Amino acid sequence: MPDIQLVDVNKRICQGLCLTIHDKEIFVIVGTTGAGKTTLLNVIAGVTDYEGRVMIDGRSVDRLPPRRRGVGYLFQGLALFPHLSVSENIAFGLQVNGVDKVVAEKRISSLIEMMRIEHLQDRYPHELSGGEKKRVALARSLAPSPQILLLDEPTSSLDHQTAKYLRNELIHVLRTLGITTLYVTHDLREAEEIADRIAFMSDGRVEQVSTPRDFFFHPQSECVSEFVGMPNVLECTQSRILTSGLVEVVSGDIKMVLPYGGNGIKRVAIPPDDVYLSDIRPPGPALNRFTGTVQEIIPLQSTVRVGVSVGKTHLFAELPASAFNEISLEEGKAVHVVIKLRRLRYVES
Amino acid sequence: MKKKTSLDAVWGIFPVLVFIAAWEIVGRFHLLPGRLLFPPFSAVIEEFYHLTANGVLGKNFLSSLVRVLIGLLSGSAAGIFVGVLMGWRNVAHKALNPIISLLYPIPALGWLPLLMLWIGINEMLPITIIFICSFFPVVYNTITGIKNVDRRYIQAAETLGASNMRILFKIVIPLALPNIFTGLRLEAGMSWRVLIAAEMVAIPTGIGALLIQAESLVRVDIIIVCLIVLSVMCLSFEKLFALAERKMVGKWSSHA
Repeated sequence: MPDIQLVDVNKRICQGLCLTIHDKEIFVIVGTTGAGKTTLLNVIAGVTDYEGRVMIDGRSVDRLPPRRRGVGYLFQGLALFPHLSVSENIAFGLQVNGVDKVVAEKRISSLIEMMRIEHLQDRYPHELSGGEKKRVALARSLAPSPQILLLDEPTSSLDHQTAKYLRNELIHVLRTLGITTLYVTHDLREAEEIADRIAFMSDGRVEQVSTPRDFFFHPQSECVSEFVGMPNVLECTQSRILTSGLVEVVSGDIKMVLPYGGNGIKRVAIPPDDVYLSDIRPPGPALNRFTGTVQEIIPLQSTVRVGVSVGKTHLFAELPASAFNEISLEEGKAVHVVIKLRRLRYVES
Repeated sequence: MKKKTSLDAVWGIFPVLVFIAAWEIVGRFHLLPGRLLFPPFSAVIEEFYHLTANGVLGKNFLSSLVRVLIGLLSGSAAGIFVGVLMGWRNVAHKALNPIISLLYPIPALGWLPLLMLWIGINEMLPITIIFICSFFPVVYNTITGIKNVDRRYIQAAETLGASNMRILFKIVIPLALPNIFTGLRLEAGMSWRVLIAAEMVAIPTGIGALLIQAESLVRVDIIIVCLIVLSVMCLSFEKLFALAERKMVGKWSSHA
């Protein structure tokens, strides 16, 4: 699978864009709406005109039409052909490339199996759910065995469970195929889960390219910090290995046990939406559970941000508005705090 | 969707039966002045039988049908071809649109005097009129259909490896079919209306000619027979294209 280089690309909001995506890399582009993420994918796919140079595997593709670039593209709107059934949609890329019928049928069957859409083969796009459509569109874009895969917000507009399920399937498929992938999302959590490297785009510029961990701990500009969303960063005064894979850290009045395979932890970052709040004592062992006091309640668009003090340590929790309404929280009132471990980030000492 | 019941069918046909009954009563009991000018329904049906039995209706109907079929099919085919060309290639649109825009507003029958001089009074005259009548609306509906195909489908097909011709024939034209069929459906009925007018004015055979002969003989019953045939044919042609549309695009078109 090839690498991709963009040199001084200009198109609409994107000006002087330079970027290198390595061979077999899952490269995630995050950024706010209108940052130029989709434009970037369109430039690589060649479905729009542009200035500058795009090189795939060291060769300039600027003069190549989209069909000669070897790029699979999952469009944000999916663009499943409404007049073709699921299997016809998937077969399209093979038919137009003159793939032998027997070979094509095998390929279609294997993709249908891989995407678990056997039961949908004869349906038309309007008869599919959002998640099913995404899987069909993904199978279609993979059918001609592209060298590069461009995915434009593949899990957007899906409910949380379906998005999570599809994301896991995607990770599995992409790792199995070892295909160079550009993955656009505005969901930072999704980016961290899937990316080898993350690029942050704002106003047509690439502000930062880094590993997910560096992206989180070392934002290189104010807009990246803002996008990351100010996590709770706790400086650890003590770090002690309990047993293989478990470390106990102390930060102020908070003592936590974390799953960690290294030697010691200097700093822990906890995303606000991984801080769980409850007005009643949650069941289970008292590990990583604290009692704090609500300091401030800040309603946001669809979530509520709650400032909580645990001793002298201040934490922010962010919970969906619906979840907030189910518990009774008031400023100055005691609250139970549970820190979820799954998505913590660490800086080693 | 609510299933059609036999009661619905009765309600559909009931007003027609009432209309026929009223017609029969008014005609039979001379409720309108001029007995000969308002024959009862039964007299019209009797005349329909005579005209069919002696072959007059069949011969004229066949003449009209052949003209409509040739004119409509060739006009529609040419309209689709030019419409696809203009919708798909901007240069063709720029070159042809000014000419077509100028010719389109001329009513099909407006061409009649010119065509009578150019072509003469022969079979080609009504066929050409129907050709013109169906060509322009089909051109415009096809252009609209082609241009309205979402650009994303074309881009998706491009990235999947399709050439321009494949995209046109496999994606764009099939997706433009609902619009194309709208034009065809309208023109299917319209071509009969235009034909009758042309036959009344200039052609000695066909349903239109039979109509005008009946008028000169003050045979209202024959006139009504011809009008009924005309009505049934307009409706049948429209329904035929609607059926073809349902067969070809019904599975997906309302959801595209």
